[in-house]
Amino acid sequence: MVHAFVIHTLCPGNSGSGSVCRVLYSKVFSIETLEATSENREVTRLKQKEQIAAVARQVTSACSLSRQAAGKSILDLSQTTLDESSALLDADYGVFRLFAGEPFQQEKVVLWLGVISIGFTMVCEPHDNLLLAENVLRTLASHCLEHLRLLGPGTDILLKADRTEAILNRFLPHGQLLFTNHRFMQALEKDLGAYMAK
Amino acid sequence: MFSAGAESLIKQAREIQEDELQKFYKRISKLLHCKDYGIETVDSLQRLYLILSATKYTRSLPADILHPLQTLLCYSKSSEQLFTLSSAILRESTQCNLEDITLDDIQDSKTLSYLTTVILAQVGKQQDVSSLSQHVVRCLETRQPENNNSRCLLPILLKLSSLSPECLNEDQINVVSKKLVDWLRYASTQQGVPLSAGGFFTGTRTRQPVPITEVDGTVAADFFTVLCLGQSYTEDQWMNMHAFSMIRKWLLSYSTEDNSSADSDDRSEIDGSVMSMVSATSTSSRLLPPKERLREKSFEYCHRLIEQSDRKALKRIDAELQKACLIEAVTVMDIICREDHSYVYRAFPCVKALYGRINGDLLFSRALLPIAQFYLNHSETAAIDSEALYRQLFENIPPELFHDSVFAFEFIQFCRANVKVLSERVNVFQLSFPNLLKFLAWNSTTLLPEFIDLLPFLITTDKAVEILHTLLDLPCLTAVLDIQLRSNSLQASERIPLDQNSKVSSSMDAFRHPYYRGMFLYMLRSEAGTGDTIDRLNVLHEVLMDMAEYPRIVQCAQIVPILLHVFFNVIAQSTDKMLINQLILVLLERSSLLFDVQNYKTEVQRVFSSQFLVLCRLHPPLIVEQSKELLEFLGATGNIQNKENFFTYVVWAVGEYLSVSYDRRCTVEQITLFFETLEAVLFEITQVRQCTGSHVHNPRVITVLMTTLAKLASRSQDLIPRVSLCLSKMSTFAHKKAASSCYSEDDTEEIVTRANELINLLKLPSVAQFVLAPSMDGINPQWHRDTSAALPLVMRTMSAVLQRESGFSPALCPD
Repeated sequence: MVHAFVIHTLCPGNSGSGSVCRVLYSKVFSIETLEATSENREVTRLKQKEQIAAVARQVTSACSLSRQAAGKSILDLSQTTLDESSALLDADYGVFRLFAGEPFQQEKVVLWLGVISIGFTMVCEPHDNLLLAENVLRTLASHCLEHLRLLGPGTDILLKADRTEAILNRFLPHGQLLFTNHRFMQALEKDLGAYMAK
Repeated sequence: MFSAGAESLIKQAREIQEDELQKFYKRISKLLHCKDYGIETVDSLQRLYLILSATKYTRSLPADILHPLQTLLCYSKSSEQLFTLSSAILRESTQCNLEDITLDDIQDSKTLSYLTTVILAQVGKQQDVSSLSQHVVRCLETRQPENNNSRCLLPILLKLSSLSPECLNEDQINVVSKKLVDWLRYASTQQGVPLSAGGFFTGTRTRQPVPITEVDGTVAADFFTVLCLGQSYTEDQWMNMHAFSMIRKWLLSYSTEDNSSADSDDRSEIDGSVMSMVSATSTSSRLLPPKERLREKSFEYCHRLIEQSDRKALKRIDAELQKACLIEAVTVMDIICREDHSYVYRAFPCVKALYGRINGDLLFSRALLPIAQFYLNHSETAAIDSEALYRQLFENIPPELFHDSVFAFEFIQFCRANVKVLSERVNVFQLSFPNLLKFLAWNSTTLLPEFIDLLPFLITTDKAVEILHTLLDLPCLTAVLDIQLRSNSLQASERIPLDQNSKVSSSMDAFRHPYYRGMFLYMLRSEAGTGDTIDRLNVLHEVLMDMAEYPRIVQCAQIVPILLHVFFNVIAQSTDKMLINQLILVLLERSSLLFDVQNYKTEVQRVFSSQFLVLCRLHPPLIVEQSKELLEFLGATGNIQNKENFFTYVVWAVGEYLSVSYDRRCTVEQITLFFETLEAVLFEITQVRQCTGSHVHNPRVITVLMTTLAKLASRSQDLIPRVSLCLSKMSTFAHKKAASSCYSEDDTEEIVTRANELINLLKLPSVAQFVLAPSMDGINPQWHRDTSAALPLVMRTMSAVLQRESGFSPALCPD
């Protein structure tokens, strides 16, 4: 089961506040363990937010290292404007492990997808089916790009959070990775289309 | 693209003023109070969510917003958008009180689902989880599958049970297990009727039932699985998909043996019109207890998935799903076999056949890992030979797939998870370290933490030297892999070997040139044992120089020093003196023979310096044993120029460990030989060259040389007059114009003071011997631990006195 899903910026090295890694949307599917709950709820929430920000920062550096290694220059990335589908095809992706306690209590595996300046990150359990998770992450990213116009100049990601929620509720309900064939997928997409049309 | 607009929105949300916020709250509460759920409300709620979620600190919502939102969440007639928004907002606020919600009132699954996300974001108590999960089980139990939306209950249940497995009692686990069996194995094999289907003239009643198909379009021959296609799905088919998605985790949590009584209250077996192998071999399991029955049915399901994944999918998504299903199916079978060994004999033919089918196909390589795991866990039970599989996995797969980052990660995770078994039982594992390092060379930054764990298990006494050479040449390996990849994508005509006499103008040419062929082949070897390294390594380094600035190579060069530390930490546990001697030689040889990537030499030499001392400390006689090579190294003035730091450490080690107290074989002649060599070096750098060249020697190397000479002289006292003379020259050197132009006043001061100290010390040879070569016992003083000694007592008394004193002393206590 997936622990959290995050959409964040990948700060393509602009100067000023643009170079800070910003979490644009995040959903933690549940608290990590029940023991944590003796704490005050506010502390738990603060911790969660900081964990997510830490993951986003790590993904940002993993992504820039991976782009660097592949010889992609940062300038090209910020200047090209592509349509969503080809941007997704060119996306960088990768995976790394988070040790227990850094920052989550238990070990986690982070799967990320970097589409130009936007990062899509899934925090998975160590034994999740990564191939399935990869497919699901791509599906989520493509719907987010389409319905929130993430590659355009708009601010839908911030002001239409219900759309991201609706996408997650269908393709990753409560963090459950689903084995959906193309027919199941079509049904879910149709349902999502109906939601977005309203 | 992240715009300035978005950035400023986040800022606004974070920095909103309190009075503004209160106004905003008032507006929302008014809207909610009027039950106005129009565009304005939705828009305000979106903004409210942003304001709450953009900051990590909690903002408290007034009760007149909280309560309406809670009501909205529990009211099943709300629109989905409102559900989503209110649950998102309540998730972000920490004050939401769920105690006033009676779960029994909530029958609608969707409502329950939204409520759960809120509860799970901030769940307070074990009993909340328990009551929620019991409610979900009740809902699942009482509901007919035709009832829409039961499907969102399964993920909730799994989430709850993974949070707290004890939240379900034995009966409830059995109830769910039975339900899972029904969904997995007995979902309808007819297509569902699309909701929109059937206009006025084509009533649904007249529609003929259409059977589901396989991914290749043929009519499905057996029970429904996630690899079955239909225009539209019935609710139980949706449940089938959800049930399979959760089965692995469920079996892991609840599959252990129990003695619950058998229950025969089951649905009938599928109507057996057309059956494939799976159903035909299905054992009669009606009388099994629910958990065992679930195991049986899950096994059949996986078996069928493996059969189905052989079909040629018409859609790319389905082809991808087949691979994911294979991984899941084999893993689930593995779990079942671990629980109940009798399944091993049924599973092996299937897994083995699968391996035979996909083994040559790189597209399916991800599925090889769970298969290998299965073999590793069960091949002994089934007495099946698994050598060929491991060979394939470790020898043939890495060179093909090192550049696939996710595969590389999974492969190394597999090795890490099984490292004990692999190093004990699978010979080829340790032998194939050159192959495993290919993953690292290519994905250096991601895999570094994994290799820190893995590397110690790859180091064996007979392979240690080869591993050290391979680690040192890891950046070269990255370069060679890069060339190989690029070469693979070239036209065949551009890949033909070059003529022996043709000129090599790039690393790419060298790859095709017969002169370099052997070197490249060695770097790309799959297995260890063909030799520790190659001759003419410098030739290879030179020809690869045009790639030295490639970012991937630079990244790889940055991780090598860390791995070297890991390597030497393992060696430090070893007591093999032969090995330590060999490694010292490698250090001396490789300290300059390195690929010239930015900073790489300096960093590696730094590791060498500290590790040289560690090795000497482990086995001091090596100075005597390797005296020939050490003398050669120290005598070459080139060494002091391009690796001054390492050179200084070697000099220091000689002074420290060349002594009869460490090795009886240490003779006066040997000491004299070292003395003379070092004396010549000191003379050369202070008198002959005298900072005339571009290279200025660190004053440290001068003081260490002086000290070492004094140490040696103290052990062979005939040398004392010579060293005194030499040292006395140092003050004249330091005050010369040439020296003062290179060194600061502090530095010359330091050199002169050290020389004078040593001269004075050597005037009392017996004292000098004691001061310059403390006995070995002094290295690890344990006096403070020895309770019978007086020292600890004195120290304790003193510190007690001091502490008591400090209580009165205003100077020590700022408070």
